[in-house]
Amino acid sequence: MTCQESVRLLPGYFDSELDLVHTLEIEDHLRTCAACTSTLEADRALRTTIARSRLRFSAPPNVARNVRATIADSFPQEKSASKNWSWNWAFAATAAALIFCAVLTWKLLPAGTPNTSASISDEAIADHIRALMPGHLSDVESTDQHTVKPWFDGKLDFAPPVENFAAQGFPLIGGRLDYLDHHPTAALVYQRRKHFISVFLLPATSERDRAESQTTQRGYNVISWTRNAMNYWLVSDLNPVELEELAKLLRGEEPSTK
Amino acid sequence: MTNSYQREQFEQLVLPHMDAAYNLARWLVRNPHDAEDLAQEAMTRAIKFFSGFRGGDPRAWLLTIVRNSCFTWLGRNRAKDLAEFNEEAHSPGISSSADQSSIQMPPPNPETMAIAEAESARVRRALEELPVIFRETIVMRELEGMSYKEIADVTSVSIGTVMSRLARGRDRLRAILVESIHTNPARQEEAIP
Repeated sequence: MTCQESVRLLPGYFDSELDLVHTLEIEDHLRTCAACTSTLEADRALRTTIARSRLRFSAPPNVARNVRATIADSFPQEKSASKNWSWNWAFAATAAALIFCAVLTWKLLPAGTPNTSASISDEAIADHIRALMPGHLSDVESTDQHTVKPWFDGKLDFAPPVENFAAQGFPLIGGRLDYLDHHPTAALVYQRRKHFISVFLLPATSERDRAESQTTQRGYNVISWTRNAMNYWLVSDLNPVELEELAKLLRGEEPSTK
Repeated sequence: MTNSYQREQFEQLVLPHMDAAYNLARWLVRNPHDAEDLAQEAMTRAIKFFSGFRGGDPRAWLLTIVRNSCFTWLGRNRAKDLAEFNEEAHSPGISSSADQSSIQMPPPNPETMAIAEAESARVRRALEELPVIFRETIVMRELEGMSYKEIADVTSVSIGTVMSRLARGRDRLRAILVESIHTNPARQEEAIP
């Protein structure tokens, strides 16, 4: 075996991945080649050092806990009759909501044209209004971002950023699953005095950031932007100035006025 | 298949590799907070797609999901890491010259000894500095003890590429370590965050 061949196969020898024939050939070569022997020694030293340094991380307890909770949610035990009924009912409600959204989208959109920003804000308003009907505002009611955020795990294929702005006058009151622009979305619900604000989050299809745009339709103010590949849609009957304050908080900017 | 059967299968085959999932995510994104989110996201996907798991090595299957999530995240948040990835992956000229130097100048013994004595915080930092394709290959081989075949499956490259990435990754890691020992020989062991 030439030194060049040996150098190429040396990692395989070191990792015990070679067949017997090549192993014997390498061992034969190593007896006469100081350079290859030295590389092998250096590999051994590195492996020992890595092993001694305990570089492997273990999953933190909260990850383990959340994963177990997701398992429990995702593989529900065989259910009793009453549970069955509520499951079917929930399924029917979801299906109805999806059909509602589909019909709405279909009605709003001329056939064949791509979804525009205006039609999405219309859809977002419709979602917000429907959510205001009794009992629809939030699926998970909590002011704790650490309760709301994990609740979305397993329900969406992305992890929405969740923050409570109670100190700034926008307490988080819960979250729910919604459907926007043909995608399941996270809707966070914030409150300002008697006004509710739905914040819809969905992953953007393009990597490009989109500057903020603001519209008013049917008496609802809508602010939207795209940042870090995440689309934000804020909908509320709150006045635009205060709604803008929340938008700034969500973007991590300091509000200019209080 | 019943739910309880699926759940039992998942808990037996995939759940034991949750640490491996977190470890890979942690080394790919290099910070604990995002690693937690990504490991959790990947486990959730694994649960969701478990009905599509058709045998094979469950750890490699899970780590493929983790790696996809992490690379998507890196693309969005650390595009620089991936630019590095592309440069490494598509520049055989550079790689072969690097290999040449390692052929002609094997590390002399004092350096091998210095590496053997390197403190763990230093080793940790050196591995963090390694370009992502070498880092992930070394993590899977040295920390998870995975075979070439398993690593090749997870990273979608040939076994030969795994072998050459390991050779280059080990060379680089040694070079970073030696460099760090030279510039800062008496560095105090730091607490691991």
